[in-house]
Amino acid sequence: MNIDWAALGSVFGVSLVTTVALVGLFTLGVVALARPERQPDTGSGAPGGATGSVGALRTAGACLCFGLCLAAVAYGIHLIVA
Amino acid sequence: MEHITLLLAIVIVTALVFDFTNGFHDTANAMATTISTGALKPKVAVGMSAVLNLVGAFLSVEVAKTISGGLINEQGIRTEVIFAALVGAILWNLFTWLLGLPSSSSHALFGGLIGATLMSVGASGVNGGVVVTKVLIPALAAPVVAGVAAMLATKLTYRIGRNTDDRATAKGYRAGQIASAGLVSLAHGTNDAQKTMGVITLALVTGGVLAPGSNPPVWVIVSAGLAIALGTYLGGWRIIRTMGTGLTDLRPQQGFAAQTSAATVILASSHLGFSLSTTQSCSGAVMGAGLGRKGGVVRWSTASRMFIAWGLTLPAAGLVAAGAEFLTGQGTWGVTAVAVLLIAGSGGIWLASRRRPVDHTNVTEGMDAAAGTREGAAGSPAPAGIVTTAIAAVSPPPPAGVAQDLSATIHAPAVPGAPTGPAGEPARTATV
Repeated sequence: MNIDWAALGSVFGVSLVTTVALVGLFTLGVVALARPERQPDTGSGAPGGATGSVGALRTAGACLCFGLCLAAVAYGIHLIVA
Repeated sequence: MEHITLLLAIVIVTALVFDFTNGFHDTANAMATTISTGALKPKVAVGMSAVLNLVGAFLSVEVAKTISGGLINEQGIRTEVIFAALVGAILWNLFTWLLGLPSSSSHALFGGLIGATLMSVGASGVNGGVVVTKVLIPALAAPVVAGVAAMLATKLTYRIGRNTDDRATAKGYRAGQIASAGLVSLAHGTNDAQKTMGVITLALVTGGVLAPGSNPPVWVIVSAGLAIALGTYLGGWRIIRTMGTGLTDLRPQQGFAAQTSAATVILASSHLGFSLSTTQSCSGAVMGAGLGRKGGVVRWSTASRMFIAWGLTLPAAGLVAAGAEFLTGQGTWGVTAVAVLLIAGSGGIWLASRRRPVDHTNVTEGMDAAAGTREGAAGSPAPAGIVTTAIAAVSPPPPAGVAQDLSATIHAPAVPGAPTGPAGEPARTATV
């Protein structure tokens, strides 16, 4: 009997880091896109969030986050196919 | 020769039926959280999962080298052993489905193979050490790994999004969840359809139809892919309900975190050389996500019934398979008897499921109410079933009694009407 602790450990580490990183990234993207919509509702959002450049920045950031997530999904499909 | 051909045909049909129950049983892994959070409508979800399973079956051309991963000695394995193993795995899959409990189809198949091998050639055919490293340790590790990852991810996503309105973000989370669920479906199609292809190929090789080491013929790939996709599409709604709403109540954030964790663990484990069960990873991820939300609860009564089912999967499937192998060893009439018992048992379970049907219309209905009534309804019969199985598992079996024992456990009353239901099922798969 030969339990491959190293493989189990790396599965644990890689899964943990990847999951948390991906979920974190995706959440950042979702939040970045969502916040401007929220301001009319409550009126107490981030200061100055309504200006165009900040809005564009948020959108760009969201795109970056989602792009990275998409890359991860593509890598996942690559792993399944390979 | 004629006999071998008939037996071979029976084994192939049985393997496809197992493939079907596998898809049917494991729809929940990919789609339970997606359905319960409302990211996709139930029918759309199972349809998408079915298509991705089918695609997955064709994606990887690498043949499953061994069907048991070294658990048993596959050299000189007899076709009857494969048949008996499949019978054990199918009946256990259907039984856990009736109880609405997610359990690993691979472990059921492993258990069946071990039981049939023990009966056929004795303990020398089974590698005890591999049972620990390939089944026991992964079974303990999978829910922990996926659960911890999902819990931390859930905490993180709530922390980052704490100032955001839930309604504004729900759509985004749902999209993310669908992507993760798609990956799980695709991976499932690749892994599990391949397992069936491996079984059929092995049966063809042992039957002398294929040369050893050959690739599965195209019809094997196509039929295995179709069987798993059909099973997925019909959807094991009972298991979906348990996993989606029975273990914990999931919000979009949690569903997303759980599904992403499950997808990551499945892909990481199968590519870093420490295979973890899909079912156990997904269940663990759902529970982890449940614990990760402030005020989230995991219904431990449901969870512990699930854990008991996990523990029983290997011995129970093994016991049934051992009984089936004993009967097939008696000659042609034994094989026929096992086939009849399989059909009667499946039919009985199916009829029993009709008493309290769960389908796409009520799969998420009134989560708490459903869970409540289910507890009440299943409360008495379910533990009884588990206890009976446990007793059957513990008592040293006079093997001839096992099969009878089993059909007794699985509903004596239903047997008279049985032939109609099950006759349809294998036939359907056979036409596939």
